[in-house]
Amino acid sequence: MSIVVSELRHTYNEGTPARSEALRGVSVVIERGQWVSIVGHTGSGKSTLAQHLNLLLLPQSGSVSIDGTDVTRDAKNLRGLRRRVGLVFQYPEQQFFAETVRDEIEFAPLNWGVTGRELDECVEMAVRSSGLDPALLGSNPFAISGGQRRRAALASVLSMRPDYLVLDEPTAGLDAAGIRELRQLMASVRDEGMGVVQVTHDLEGALANSDRILVLERGVGVTCGDAESVAEYLLRSPVQGLLMPPLARFIAGLRERGIHLPLTAGVGDVINSLEERLGCEV
Amino acid sequence: MRSLNNISLGQFIPGDSLIHRLDPRCKIVCTFMLLAGLFMASEPLDFVLWCALPCLFSRLSGTSMTTILKTGRPVVFLVAVTVFINLLWTPGHEILRIGPLRVTWEGITVAVGMGLRLFFLVIFAAMLMMTTSPMDFSAGLERLMSPIGRLGLPTSEMAMMMTIALRFIPTLFEETDRILKAQISRGADFDSGGLIRRARSFVPVLVPLFVLVFLRAENLATAMESRCYSPGAPRTRLHPLRWAARDSVAVICLFSFIAAVVALDRLVLGGVRPFR
Repeated sequence: MSIVVSELRHTYNEGTPARSEALRGVSVVIERGQWVSIVGHTGSGKSTLAQHLNLLLLPQSGSVSIDGTDVTRDAKNLRGLRRRVGLVFQYPEQQFFAETVRDEIEFAPLNWGVTGRELDECVEMAVRSSGLDPALLGSNPFAISGGQRRRAALASVLSMRPDYLVLDEPTAGLDAAGIRELRQLMASVRDEGMGVVQVTHDLEGALANSDRILVLERGVGVTCGDAESVAEYLLRSPVQGLLMPPLARFIAGLRERGIHLPLTAGVGDVINSLEERLGCEV
Repeated sequence: MRSLNNISLGQFIPGDSLIHRLDPRCKIVCTFMLLAGLFMASEPLDFVLWCALPCLFSRLSGTSMTTILKTGRPVVFLVAVTVFINLLWTPGHEILRIGPLRVTWEGITVAVGMGLRLFFLVIFAAMLMMTTSPMDFSAGLERLMSPIGRLGLPTSEMAMMMTIALRFIPTLFEETDRILKAQISRGADFDSGGLIRRARSFVPVLVPLFVLVFLRAENLATAMESRCYSPGAPRTRLHPLRWAARDSVAVICLFSFIAAVVALDRLVLGGVRPFR
């Protein structure tokens, strides 16, 4: 069970002087129960790729298949396929329109004809998974705090009960505590068996949390693999707009001095290695 | 799938073509000449000649004909209504009768003429906006309006209002597109049902859009105030407008074309006038 993107190409404003190639033959596989990060500089094609996963954009060339169904061959069933892939846009709270948080969360399941007991279950599950305070269900979504608003926005997508969750720059505008909580939520939905796709330019966060990472540069997938292999690649071949995290750069410096550690090692591992090497407490 | 990604009416397409490089005042004057000339056209042959202009524009600006023609899409309904009314309510020599409805030869000619005029009107205005950035457009308009400013009219404020309005057209399109996509991804369906159902389905788009627009307007006002914007105060320009020889050539060529078409209309084909 996976989303398979193969040789995907997309060009905006074809036939005008403003023509721009957003994707130039990108391929990636997203398994359920995996956290995949798509990283790249601004304009690298990340959001375009994310919109293909939710079928808001259809392949101009190449293919996207969801759990074995090629979307270009099943174009009549786009809404059905779209339900399987929830997409959380950047600043998702800006899409709010309903009078209460509950109405906002019910919007998606109602659009797919879910009513009665099943609807209540969808809302309950979404509130639980998103960590939203249930006491806020009757509140005006414009009147709750920023962190709770982001959770409400996440719940409004999780209520569709998707098999995959795509988040476009989910940490934008959140403080450090909010980012940590959101990552915990993403990890928990991944652990429940959902495929999580995070679109981000935050390489540090992607290296620390993802099972697999796809790096895009000017619409081309330059590397795809686990965090360590991607970090090794980026150390050898820097990609425009992506800066290696300070700790990874420090580890790279240690390597030059004979201390070999994985680039994705944590602070604790680095301290232990240094203490071993120096024979004293750091 | 509903999306606003395609180029729309009034949207600037950046480029470095000959048309893009013309002074905005030249392009505004040319557009007004085109609009005036369009209303002087009265013969079917005139409209055939007018067709040459979008083709020439396409070649000189590097914009495809499809993109130019697409800009007329928003007025197709208006054109259709105009054609329909003129077709059935123009008196003259009857050529077809369906119940109480009468189609006359004069009705057909007037309807086609009015439809084409409206269509060209939009296309010519779009041609100006496609090749002139909002900033250049308002600067050009401000300079052209400067004689009126001497009479006490707030031309610079009017130009600033126009700049802001035009500047926000693409932003609003982007925001609308983003909200539309966000709601579609949550299962919203804007394409099915009757008129009332469809109108109601846009509530989830309009409410967030209004909220965003007001927020942006407030931010913009604060940003302008923090940078000491004062209405009516004399301001200099980073890139002052310069009228070049090519601008004069463009105005003269277009004027000659329109004069030739009008002369052909009045002197050679003057007898028939079915498109009046």
